[in-house]
Amino acid sequence: MIESLALNNKSEKTDYNILNLGPTHPATHGVFQNILKMDGEIIHETTSTIGYIHRAFEKIAEHKPFYQITTLTDRLNYCSSPINNMGWHMTVEKLLGVETPKRVDYMRVIIMEFARIADHLVCNSIIGADTGALTGFTYVFQWREKIYDIFEEVCGARLTTNIGRIGGMERDFSPACMKKMHDFLNDFPKYFDEFTMLLERNRIFMERNIGVGPISAERALNYGFTGPNLRAAGVDYDVRVMNPYSSYQDFDFMIPLGTQGDTYDRFVVRQHEIRESLKIIKQALNNIPEGKFFADVPDFFLPPKEEVYNNMEALIFHFKIVMGEATVPVGEVYHSVEGGNGELGFYMVSDGGRTPYRLHFRRPCFISYQAYPEMIKGSMLSDAILTMSSMNVIAGELDA
Amino acid sequence: MVQIDNQYILTELQDKFGERIYNSYEPYGLLTIELDKNSIKEVLQFLYDHKELQMQFLTDVCGIHYPQVFGKELGVVYHVHSLINNVRIRIKCFMPIENPSIDSATFLFSSANWQERETFDFYGINFIGHPNLKRILNADEMDYFPMRKEYPLEDGTRTDKDDSYFGR
Amino acid sequence: MSDIKIVQSPPNIEGPGFQATSLDKIIGLARANSLWPLPFATSCCGIEFMATMGSNYDLARFGSERISFSPRQADVLLVAGTISKKMGPVLKQVYLQMAEPRWVIAIGACASSGGIFDTYSVLQGIDKVIPVDVYVPGCPPRPEQIIDGIVKLQEIVKNESLRRRESDEYKALLGSYGIQ
Repeated sequence: MIESLALNNKSEKTDYNILNLGPTHPATHGVFQNILKMDGEIIHETTSTIGYIHRAFEKIAEHKPFYQITTLTDRLNYCSSPINNMGWHMTVEKLLGVETPKRVDYMRVIIMEFARIADHLVCNSIIGADTGALTGFTYVFQWREKIYDIFEEVCGARLTTNIGRIGGMERDFSPACMKKMHDFLNDFPKYFDEFTMLLERNRIFMERNIGVGPISAERALNYGFTGPNLRAAGVDYDVRVMNPYSSYQDFDFMIPLGTQGDTYDRFVVRQHEIRESLKIIKQALNNIPEGKFFADVPDFFLPPKEEVYNNMEALIFHFKIVMGEATVPVGEVYHSVEGGNGELGFYMVSDGGRTPYRLHFRRPCFISYQAYPEMIKGSMLSDAILTMSSMNVIAGELDA
Repeated sequence: MVQIDNQYILTELQDKFGERIYNSYEPYGLLTIELDKNSIKEVLQFLYDHKELQMQFLTDVCGIHYPQVFGKELGVVYHVHSLINNVRIRIKCFMPIENPSIDSATFLFSSANWQERETFDFYGINFIGHPNLKRILNADEMDYFPMRKEYPLEDGTRTDKDDSYFGR
Repeated sequence: MSDIKIVQSPPNIEGPGFQATSLDKIIGLARANSLWPLPFATSCCGIEFMATMGSNYDLARFGSERISFSPRQADVLLVAGTISKKMGPVLKQVYLQMAEPRWVIAIGACASSGGIFDTYSVLQGIDKVIPVDVYVPGCPPRPEQIIDGIVKLQEIVKNESLRRRESDEYKALLGSYGIQ
């Protein structure tokens, strides 16, 4: 009797169940469609369909002046938009050949690391929620709100921040903002430890996650994995260390690595990256140099409003910037930053016009998500859900 | 131990492929070569297998469209990265807009799969040897390649936009 | 002493042992304070919706404790995020699966009008495929705004007549979207 059950049937099968998962399935946290060919509960084959929120970023970018593209980058990986913003600013700065003051670099690092914490918190709490431990989710979300409070203090927005400008930051950190950052650094670790205790060495959680959705280092590299997903498989590639940008070489931090490349390793790597990010923020806040918070690029950095009203030159620059008439050199540039999910690259070709001739985003999610069918092959359906949430696939970044 | 820099890579490539490398330059320090499109498979394999270089990480594949350049309207741009030596190379292959086609890089890099599908979706470049070349981001019914320069950004079927309000 | 606030009862005639009011009002009251939302979250606004559901903002305070992930048991469809043309038919199908009475909130600029994505691939507002009751502006709207949208919808629900869903106007409205 038991032999006839599909689960235990090892013989050659000819009939499979087809299960359509998505694009609006509640368990997938986004708009991904996977058509699963199932042998009972076991996944035999997966066909992924994406593009359900394709918004034509690259086409829009060819029609917008440089400073307006920042708003587009916000909406790529919306869990960590400041990283995208600053990646874009640095790309334009590279094209223009602008040297930013150290203070700008440090301010950027602080904001980017806060964004990374917010990104990883969402991902890890979702892994918790998917394993049935909703407590962690409600627990850390209030801390993500605190990070949003900091962003709000810096730039006025919560999620799609549009933070910073080409050449620097739009304004200096206010004393209130500094206080919020220090408060966060003081209070958060205690609560984060508690979150860690809830899950990281929790036996149920470990048994649920270890060995789920693994990928080997070779396959991960071949699939173009970057970021925490690659590091969980044991490859120490981090753009912050490999090609330091924004003065990352000044900071002392570790790159956590996994060995198995499974869901648990991805979770733990993200957990430890949060701790490393806290370390970086602490160093940056303690050593932040005095000085200007913007580089000397009058063609791109908006002058203060008082000067616009009282100074002819400032008015002209203001007008030129807002109308997008600033000139850029002809050339092509590739710049990448370590985004929440891996190497976020910007490949820009400029023909000297007011808009990029071509702008291509190297979106880490898009590239790594194609490994998903291979990762879940032969596993259970419920593990497939967990694998997806641990890969932290963000629909906005996936579909551009 | 050889010094691995752009000059070394270029020399290695030129020794091996000679005339098939049309042009090379280094914008912002990144070695860029223009390559005969029929050699892309060989060059990628050469860079992958090279003992010193070990360029085994395909960072990015994307398309580009230059409508004014006759006979070389469409291009594919590859960024290949050597994680061991931390050097990158950018490879460009151009082709005419009539029947654009190039060999697929999927034989070497699994990550090329979707990136090439995206390039096909946007530019209509046909990747020979690709296992599943069909549209990825846009709907299957779409009958043009939206990223080509001649197609507008905006949706042509909109009726609620009155251009007279915008001085157009 | 608890400070829990209980909704006001609708205007009624009260006497010893009885209370009389109109059925419309009492059902409206019940519906409005127990809306089961179905989040159709696609992008950035979905993250803000998560924050709305999360511990700080807690939408459950307004009677939407239970998130219904099945369209069959949902009252209100919350469309949060960009809807592309590829997604349009899916959205419509989800709407069709919902049982009457059903309401729709378009959260954010993209769902309301296409937002900054005036492109070939994005549906310029979900009201091209389904009727919408409340539009929440913002890109993305703050959680407070989303809550405000839901409170606005509660007002609509409270004051909706029981016969509205059978009326010719409503049928004509659905008919204009090709829904029978």
